Amino acid sequence: MSDDPTRPAPSLAGFALTYARIGLIGFGGVNAWARRVIVEERRWLTDVEYAEVLGLGQVLPGPNALNVAIQLGERWHGAAGAMLGPLALFSGPLAVLIGLATLHDIYGELPLVKAVLAGVASAAAGMIIGTALKMTGKIRPSAPQAIVGIAALIGSAVFRLPLPAVVLGLAPFGVAAAWLRERGR
Amino acid sequence: MSGVLWQLATGFATLSLIAVGGGIAVVPEMHRFTVEVHRWMSDAHFAQIFALAQAAPGPNVLVVGLIGWHVAGLSGMLVATLAMTGPSGLLAYGFARFRRRLAGAVWLRIAERGLVPVAVGLILSSGIILADAAARDWVAVAITAASTIFVWRTGHSPLWVLLAGAVIGAALW
Repeated sequence: MSDDPTRPAPSLAGFALTYARIGLIGFGGVNAWARRVIVEERRWLTDVEYAEVLGLGQVLPGPNALNVAIQLGERWHGAAGAMLGPLALFSGPLAVLIGLATLHDIYGELPLVKAVLAGVASAAAGMIIGTALKMTGKIRPSAPQAIVGIAALIGSAVFRLPLPAVVLGLAPFGVAAAWLRERGR
Repeated sequence: MSGVLWQLATGFATLSLIAVGGGIAVVPEMHRFTVEVHRWMSDAHFAQIFALAQAAPGPNVLVVGLIGWHVAGLSGMLVATLAMTGPSGLLAYGFARFRRRLAGAVWLRIAERGLVPVAVGLILSSGIILADAAARDWVAVAITAASTIFVWRTGHSPLWVLLAGAVIGAALW
């Protein structure tokens, strides 16, 4: 991670408020939204830096979005950031979920509700695929890096290998590809 | 803590620490634990609250909150969410502090860069797995394809495609 000293770190309040917003607009999963807000809107990280933090979040156990919030919070504001980011990320959606769960207990069996949920699920899947394609375009992987990415995709989506196996098995190849690219500069 | 809350706490705390790859990665294990081992809900109900968690804002892992809610109401929701996030969160914090001491090391930068293509490949994979689960008919596939292109090729907010998905779902019902 190139901790670029020229880019100012966000304030603690700004960081927490941004994460509160990411949680509340994070329909269909937070990672796509976190990237959009942090990379495109706030420009706190580049696409490569965000993918690095996300990659660490995937290697570490636990929810990826939470791991990313903790890494970024710790990086910019130490223990306070590592606490406040996740708290902001989870509290809004939890409040919404209490309301939704209550409604679902009452109306969840209605066909209309099921149809709406199915439509949202289809769109959310496309949102995640679109985000991955967008990141690929920004990152401009070298040929060996593209092969590692495609191998991760096939191992996970086609063979449904356990994620620890995919990540740990491909990490050495990813590192080799990164090293080749670095050396080629 | 009552018996069922204790089961939620220990069960999800364990899942938290094995959930390498994120919340979605342990959905099969979550299903086994919730539906098969404890018989807290039916298969269909599990699928339904998973879709609800997808439709709601916030991290997908909040599906554990809905499981907790179904089993033991509000306290179940809070216990399950805390158990799923606490143990791995502490680990991530410890790692972040450790990493800071190594920041700037060239080997660390290359190691992290090495994870970038894996991270992107796995995002694509989770999108495809979810698309496959949602692909009940050609309309669903068309919604996913249109949403992919919209998010990929334009800079507009993805909220529009989620809203469109909800409206199309309602209109075709």
